[in-house]
Amino acid sequence: MYVFGEDVGPLGGVFRITDGLTAEFGEDRCFDTPLAESGIVGMAVGMAMNGMRPVVEMQFDAFAYPAFEQIVSHVAKMRNRTRGRVGLPIVIRVPYAGGIGGVEHHCDSSEAYYAHTPGLKVVTPATPADAYHLLREAIASPDPVVFMEPKKLYWAKDEVDVDRPTPGIGRAVVRREGTDATLIAYGPAVSTAMEAAEAAAQEGRSLQVVDVRSIVPFDDETVCAAVRSTGRAVVVAEASGYASVASEIVARVTERCFHSLAAPVRRVTGFDIPFPRPSWSASSCPAWTGSWTLSTTFSGRTSDDPYVRPSRPRGGTHRGRGREVAGRRGRHRHPRPARRRGGDRQVHRRGPLTFRRDGHRPARTGG
Amino acid sequence: MAGHPGLLPSEQPVQLLDESGVPVGGADLRMPDTQRLLEAYTSLVIGRRVNDQASALVRQGRLAVYPSSHGQEACQTGAALALADGDWLFPTYRDTAAVIARGVDPVEVLTLLKGDWHAGYDPYAHHVAPQATPLATQLLHAVGVAHAARLRGEKTVVMALCGDGATSEGDFHEALNFAAVFRAPVVFFVQNNEYAISVPLARQSAAPSLAHKGVGYGVNGERVDGNDVAAVLAVLDRAVATARSGGGPQLVEAHTYRMQAHTNADDASRYRSEDEVDPWVARDPLLRMEAFLKKKRVLTKARRAEITERAEAVAAHMREGVNQDVEPDTADLFAHVFADPTPQLTEQAAFLADELSREGH
Repeated sequence: MYVFGEDVGPLGGVFRITDGLTAEFGEDRCFDTPLAESGIVGMAVGMAMNGMRPVVEMQFDAFAYPAFEQIVSHVAKMRNRTRGRVGLPIVIRVPYAGGIGGVEHHCDSSEAYYAHTPGLKVVTPATPADAYHLLREAIASPDPVVFMEPKKLYWAKDEVDVDRPTPGIGRAVVRREGTDATLIAYGPAVSTAMEAAEAAAQEGRSLQVVDVRSIVPFDDETVCAAVRSTGRAVVVAEASGYASVASEIVARVTERCFHSLAAPVRRVTGFDIPFPRPSWSASSCPAWTGSWTLSTTFSGRTSDDPYVRPSRPRGGTHRGRGREVAGRRGRHRHPRPARRRGGDRQVHRRGPLTFRRDGHRPARTGG
Repeated sequence: MAGHPGLLPSEQPVQLLDESGVPVGGADLRMPDTQRLLEAYTSLVIGRRVNDQASALVRQGRLAVYPSSHGQEACQTGAALALADGDWLFPTYRDTAAVIARGVDPVEVLTLLKGDWHAGYDPYAHHVAPQATPLATQLLHAVGVAHAARLRGEKTVVMALCGDGATSEGDFHEALNFAAVFRAPVVFFVQNNEYAISVPLARQSAAPSLAHKGVGYGVNGERVDGNDVAAVLAVLDRAVATARSGGGPQLVEAHTYRMQAHTNADDASRYRSEDEVDPWVARDPLLRMEAFLKKKRVLTKARRAEITERAEAVAAHMREGVNQDVEPDTADLFAHVFADPTPQLTEQAAFLADELSREGH
């Protein structure tokens, strides 16, 4: 096993993930490379062809893009190209997503690019235990693994039993049991989903939380069993929603669980915009958008347009009539959380879901 | 590189034989021995036969496409013969003749161009990487293979091939730089055949030569007459020896010419004239070496007949193999994506098998 990339040697990486490796294992085993990501991944391909297990670091999500051709055209396809003769046991570590106040090219959620490419395993831990055990398993994997590390979790601390592996690559886990609905999240969004479930619990709702962990291969079995047990599902992801991993999960769950669903599967994702300036980044992430979307989802509103502000429901029906926010100024605008009146409550008996997060605009549930 | 301490290549490409096969003086390299030149000539003849046979198989509809190295056989031969047994070759799509010269079964090589699979041979059997379709990406793989070998203390050398167009790609530059920084034993061998499909060299680079591009990375550069197999062998022998002895990566540019279109699907008359091609006919690498060996009385009629027979046997083997239809196994489509198929791939494979069985396949 060899570790290399930009600043991963004596410095230990800009996030100190490889701290101490060069000192302990020597400059041959953990070394700095010239500053060229295609070079790093391309060299890893050759080293893997020649019997080694490279673990390379892309310093930031958006800095990995120069390596995209190597990853998509070679890392992912060499085994298939050679009919199984040349496998590439490479781990490509990608610090990704926002939440650290980073600038534009340090906050991308780039998982969908990799997940869309056959031949790559795509894994993302949400707990320190998974960070340790999934990485070990990724290194042991005979196939390339894009190991996506949520940057905001680099400071997370927990006791990790290194002798007790967590479930393997390809397995999702239920992080929180619940009966009213299932939140499906991965990576940086898992903690958001857990907070949402906790907030919901205080309002009398029981939300189940599934941590996907392994985007490829995807654990249909665990995810679908969870959704069938509650009949409702919301996929929570930090990435923008269009053509995303969240889209894929919604599609898979809908295809497989349709007859168990009491409501359409919804998504709470980032907007379809480039990552916003650091001082506004909170408004792009589910932590904020979620407050509104979750509240409308669980109020039973089933408008076809997720960005429609529901109007006051009429008595006895749970179907609010939508009024397009877009229509007002001719472009989509994220609406403020809807005020609700008692009508929703009559239908649902318990108040619509909301959750708060310090510093973020809370959902106003009215009534 | 000995004789060029300043990294810069020689003013003129190294030449040992002129166009008519007469030795020229002045080069600081010795002519390879006669036995080696005979071996090289044999490889040239077989390489030419491989090129012409493959092009014929395209016309017959048995191959989808063939990017011919007709006219570049001296480079193909040199790249293959300069390597020792354990060394690696990283070829491109145009280097079929070099791959065959390394000992890979021609029928397995043509699997790619027949369209039966993306690479038909086992890269580990002869240490030949799959022929690269993207440009310059394989050069970095070559650096990785060489670096791994060096870390293990092996004396492996890696020969990485590319064309003139590929020197514009970022990966070419990253590969030279990485190889230099890590002192990886790689010989980058650029076959400058003057064209990247339709784009002439002048549109590709304003450098004095492509070998000059090594200077910026601290890589020795050298230029060679790519149609003079004796010179190609001598230059590559020296480059390989330097790389093997820890002298770091080497960049060699061969000046040659793509005598035919980019592939059979291309029409070269749209971007170059016959007047331009004509002078290169006289510079043919086969004719040059043949004239030299005949003059030395090494190439007897009997030996020439024997070499022709060997080349014909290769061509016959190609025809026979390529004309065999391979029954596709759809399970293969899913079997090699991962070491162990994901549940989703297993499901999709079963779905396709079921669909096909319903259709009576």
